[in-house]
Amino acid sequence: MNHDALHILLADDDADDRLFFKDAIEEVKVKTVVTMVNDGVELMEYLLKPEIQLPNLVFLDLNMPRKSGMECLKEIRSNNRLKDLSIAIYSTSALEKDIEETFIKGANIYIRKPSDFEDLKTILAKVITINWQYHTSGLNKENFVLNIQ
Amino acid sequence: MKLHITYDINLCCKIVLQDHLDKLLLPYSINGLGEVEISGTLPQAKYSELEISLKKYGIEIIDNPKNVFTQKIKDAIVEMVYLEKALPTTKISAHLAKKLNKSYGYISGIFSEVTFTSIQSFIMLQKIERAKQEIIIGKETLTQIAWNLNFSSVAHLSNGFKSITGLTPTAFQRIIKKRSENNFTSQEINN
Repeated sequence: MNHDALHILLADDDADDRLFFKDAIEEVKVKTVVTMVNDGVELMEYLLKPEIQLPNLVFLDLNMPRKSGMECLKEIRSNNRLKDLSIAIYSTSALEKDIEETFIKGANIYIRKPSDFEDLKTILAKVITINWQYHTSGLNKENFVLNIQ
Repeated sequence: MKLHITYDINLCCKIVLQDHLDKLLLPYSINGLGEVEISGTLPQAKYSELEISLKKYGIEIIDNPKNVFTQKIKDAIVEMVYLEKALPTTKISAHLAKKLNKSYGYISGIFSEVTFTSIQSFIMLQKIERAKQEIIIGKETLTQIAWNLNFSSVAHLSNGFKSITGLTPTAFQRIIKKRSENNFTSQEINN
């Protein structure tokens, strides 16, 4: 319900994209707390700290230096403490094959990065409200898939 | 080895609740699911303790009347979508109004205010969840699933499915199947 905020973690190596994301998410009605990391290595370091409260939703850019989104996804899904995290893949590819591949590897959400701010806002609102329902209504996360183009 | 299990979710919750409430050493009664009455008042420290220990099981104490009512709406919808073999054919708005004894306008207003989504989209989400389960179990055809969930045709079911998940039912089926094969092989490698 709405008594605590949704904790969101974003991993993206592009500073402009991170800023863009933060501005868009601030306009979504659901209360959120956003943490940002600059690449896959930082992301895994953050998630593996035992003292943190795990995020409700992780946005992963697919193309990052040092460690790609796909590698992170694999590590997250094979880690017992992390494997139930909701993962949204954030990518520029719209190939059906790439999309299915990320779902098969365990992603819950696939988002094609929009170039327009208004589009990004609409997409984030949709992702967050649906994820919120999974979080608060006891829905089965294993069957949670969402593809947004 | 794969074990197939079935469980009674209501019974599980009730037993967890009883175990925790017994520890308070105060008389209490569980009034159906979703409501517990405790005689006397609970000191704040005990309340927080109970809240934290129940949270581990995904059980939350709701303290705002609007949230309580929203939970009742959700329960009524979930019950309607899952418990029967097929959905009622009467209008959903009339069904909810009767069940909750309030006007549909009032019900949908509170719901949107608390959850930031409309009742219609929540119902669609739940219907598609049930469709996903039935697709995974694989006993019924898409035509039968569409019928159970009050979609007038497979095309309507597919459209609804696509609006919630962005995928067609067939693509979903393929993904879930490959995903479980994928998990299976990676587990074998680990062992």
